[in-house]
Amino acid sequence: MKLIIAAIKPFKLEEVREALTTLGVRGMMVTEIKGFGSQSGHTEIYRGAEYAVNFVPKVKLELVVADGMADQVVETIQSTAKTDKIGDGKIFVLDVNQAVRVRTGETNDDAL
Amino acid sequence: MKIKVLLSTLALAAMPAVAFAQEATPSFDEIGPYIMTTLLFCMAGFLVFFMAAGFAMLEGGLVRSKNVTMQMTKNIALYSVAAIMYWLIGFNLMYPGDFNGYVGSFFVPTVLDPVGVSAADAALDYASIGSDFFFQLVFVAATASIVSGALAERIKLWPFLAFVVILTGVMYPISGSWQWGGGWLSEAGFSDFAGSTVVHSVGGWAALAGAIILGPRLGKYSKEGRVTPMPGSNLALATLGTFILWLGWFGFNGGSQLAMGTVGDVSDVSRIFANTNMAAAAGAVTALVMTQLLYKKPDLTMVLNGALAGLVSITAEPLAPTLFGALWIGSVGGVIVVLAVPLLDKLKIDDVVGAIPVHLFAGIWGTIAVIFYNGDAALGTQLLGIAAYGVFTFVGALIVWIILKAVVGIRVSEEDELVGLDKAELGMEAYPEFANS
Repeated sequence: MKLIIAAIKPFKLEEVREALTTLGVRGMMVTEIKGFGSQSGHTEIYRGAEYAVNFVPKVKLELVVADGMADQVVETIQSTAKTDKIGDGKIFVLDVNQAVRVRTGETNDDAL
Repeated sequence: MKIKVLLSTLALAAMPAVAFAQEATPSFDEIGPYIMTTLLFCMAGFLVFFMAAGFAMLEGGLVRSKNVTMQMTKNIALYSVAAIMYWLIGFNLMYPGDFNGYVGSFFVPTVLDPVGVSAADAALDYASIGSDFFFQLVFVAATASIVSGALAERIKLWPFLAFVVILTGVMYPISGSWQWGGGWLSEAGFSDFAGSTVVHSVGGWAALAGAIILGPRLGKYSKEGRVTPMPGSNLALATLGTFILWLGWFGFNGGSQLAMGTVGDVSDVSRIFANTNMAAAAGAVTALVMTQLLYKKPDLTMVLNGALAGLVSITAEPLAPTLFGALWIGSVGGVIVVLAVPLLDKLKIDDVVGAIPVHLFAGIWGTIAVIFYNGDAALGTQLLGIAAYGVFTFVGALIVWIILKAVVGIRVSEEDELVGLDKAELGMEAYPEFANS
């Protein structure tokens, strides 16, 4: 099993969710986050005072999928969340040791 | 039809009786102006009263959400304190009748006309005492509101209200008597129609003294002098507040005609409405264009301040200018605000809502601008008035703030300021169901 963590532009969330659901992904966790990468921040002006916006709002997706599905999921997120402009986000993939479904006690791939 | 015929027959039959009654009571020519002017004071007074709501919404929108309940508390409290102080001391101190021109008598509480006053006992050349008192007291409340906005988010409630007691009961009435009470400045020929200086600059000077003694909000200015913006919690409320103030200003300036008994007076009141509106519009458009040019994006909070600066600018002479005159006078007010807000930040004077640029700087400008359309006003006298109000109010307020700071302390603790005055001082949040961010 793989844990896929993706930080994407917030307005892309719905499109990505739809593409992943079509792919057969049955669950994901979503968090509103702030952060910076190569886009880093930008400046805004409020009442004449310039200030730096160091952290840009993003949405973080976390989903665990079977090993065989991981590449496809990563590719789908990448192609769907892409806008070709700086700040499109990052995707990370980690190994997962164990998964348990709370209601039934099923484990690993059965629990996903 | 039948009823109408019957009624007119009755009216005809009653005519001799009406004619008889008129002999015993004064003619409409005698009491008409009194009635109309009293009505003007009441209606204009309602409008200026509503400015209290405008100030509350403007300030509530421009402070952070953790301080909104406190800001609302201060606004309703300061209005109410002002109303009581103006009865107890202020009104008769400001309008003492014959006096030495500098300070009238203290502790002469206001007494209204007797119930059902007869025409013989009423001030037929003016208006009822109740309407006059009410109209004047809503002005002093506006002065106190100016102070609350500038000092928001860090001043303690009770010391602030103590200052309001002094400002509305003593300081504003004394300086007001110099001009509107027939004191030395009005003798000298100073001209301030509705109070660019008498009301707005006085509030601005008191706010400036308070902001200096109180110091900026924590984190507003870094050691290197960088400004950290603290965006307001609700710009829709701030915009509503500005529109309410704009509406209230028709009463503020229009009512200051102080008479509605003749064709000329009524026409003048409407002329004032039109000029007042024009100045506000010009101030707003100027701020809109200027922020677009200077900062590449329009800044709504500056546009709101610009409209108010236009209003303050036209307040010293809303009658004489042409509509074009009102336009450019108001427009200069807008320029002043856009330039003065960052200037105050450079001086590390933290004015949360822009009250000092709007009410003090634009008030000074408006008082000078009188000379362009009012032939009776002279630059020297206008500057004398500006200086007299500035010195008296700024020094007086400075002393009161310093005493309050030494005796009871005027600022909340650092921790309370970070938590927010709503939780720390009141234990009551304005938006308890919203997540904190």
